[in-house]
Amino acid sequence: MNWNWFHKFASPKWFYQISERILPGLCVVTFSLLCVGLIWGIGFAPADAKQGNSFRIIYLHVPSSFLALAGYFLMAFAGAIGLVWRIKLSFWVMKCAAPIGGIFTLLALVTGGLWGKPTWGSFWVWDARATSMLILLFLYIGVYLLGRSFQNLDSGDKASAFLSIIGTVNIPIIYKSVDWWFTLHQPATINFTSAPSMHPDMFYPLFIMIIAFYLVYGLALILSLRVEILSRERKTKWVRKLISQQ
Amino acid sequence: MRTNFQSNLFFSYLKRDLLIAFRRRSASLNPLIFFVMIVALMPLSLGSYESRLQQIAPGVIWIMALLSVLLSSESLFDEDYRDGSLEQMIITPNLLFMLVLGKITAHWLTKSLPIAIASPLMGLLLSMSPESIFSLMIGLIIGTACFTLLGGLGAALTVATKDKSFLLALIIMPLYVPIIIFGSSMIYYRIDGMDWSYPLAALLSIFCMLTILSPLSISGIFRSSMVE
Repeated sequence: MNWNWFHKFASPKWFYQISERILPGLCVVTFSLLCVGLIWGIGFAPADAKQGNSFRIIYLHVPSSFLALAGYFLMAFAGAIGLVWRIKLSFWVMKCAAPIGGIFTLLALVTGGLWGKPTWGSFWVWDARATSMLILLFLYIGVYLLGRSFQNLDSGDKASAFLSIIGTVNIPIIYKSVDWWFTLHQPATINFTSAPSMHPDMFYPLFIMIIAFYLVYGLALILSLRVEILSRERKTKWVRKLISQQ
Repeated sequence: MRTNFQSNLFFSYLKRDLLIAFRRRSASLNPLIFFVMIVALMPLSLGSYESRLQQIAPGVIWIMALLSVLLSSESLFDEDYRDGSLEQMIITPNLLFMLVLGKITAHWLTKSLPIAIASPLMGLLLSMSPESIFSLMIGLIIGTACFTLLGGLGAALTVATKDKSFLLALIIMPLYVPIIIFGSSMIYYRIDGMDWSYPLAALLSIFCMLTILSPLSISGIFRSSMVE
């Protein structure tokens, strides 16, 4: 079997060229979905029976929490591929995913706090989900810092790939232990688990927002990956040619 | 025959590191002295009210033990990395697992276990009850072993970087969360009169998992960084 098509995916040059072609279309789709979701969610979706209009932050909070967790797994997966098959592009995906994922985690924490103030009465509650999100943010910061503290960039990539894989093993354990700790320390004053099922009018804009956030994540990843490719491949022929053309 | 050789490897590295630690007694005592001093500072900053101290003592002692182990973890592979002997250990055909486990065990015995052994005394100073002191010590014996195993992981990842100590703390601290939770809730269960074998079992299972996974990943990290 011919595996050439597979090796093509690992080539930074190929990725740089193909991403240039899909970027304009991706931008248009992302921003239109984002606008539709936001306007629908904030302007037209019905207000919540109990929480009134304050629930509308859900359209930012839920998608960013999704991406915070999915982004971590993507980062660890990319790191694992890089370690196993020694693909540099995969390491760079991991390296670029760390700050983006960290920003989404921070966004989830901030919107959660802003939502918590009117509903629970305080910006921060030490509940299982918020606490594990905070620890997830720390894990992101660790991966980000470790990758940038080596003089040899390639060994930094490897070290942070290892750390992100170790973190993935730990995420379920951390979540379960924090969950257990929460039930021990704070008898459930607020019930998180049995959220009432959403009305379709509220759910459709949320669904659109989730897809839009996935696209924003992809867009951010592609853009920063392109910068990373140019800076790491700056000594190769094709990058020099590209620069001399402009 | 092969297994016998591997266990010899474990004991030879254990012996080597114990000997090094013994010859540098004052350096080995540093984490313990740090632990004792920083716990003794707690009542000075919180006031010496017995009831208040009793409530927070288990958590304080656990956090201080964590900090002491974290501070000493940096030195696990540092010396061997700088004088080049780590490189020689990695390129030998032996199983790295046993070697790393031997080094970590020696580190635990000399630098972390003394903290667990001194903890009953600190518990007395912070006016904890005898029963909770017992579960504090049992928990810390296992807990310091877990801290050392994870600290070894951090030390292996950061051994080639410049500002290790902070970086090591930053990347390893999130992984300490389950250990801290189970360890300190053992004591709070005991104080509340509940069955404290559940958190103990959880702590022990984390310890068993780390004993296998941590030396494995450390040898993976060393092997892959040696490829260049």
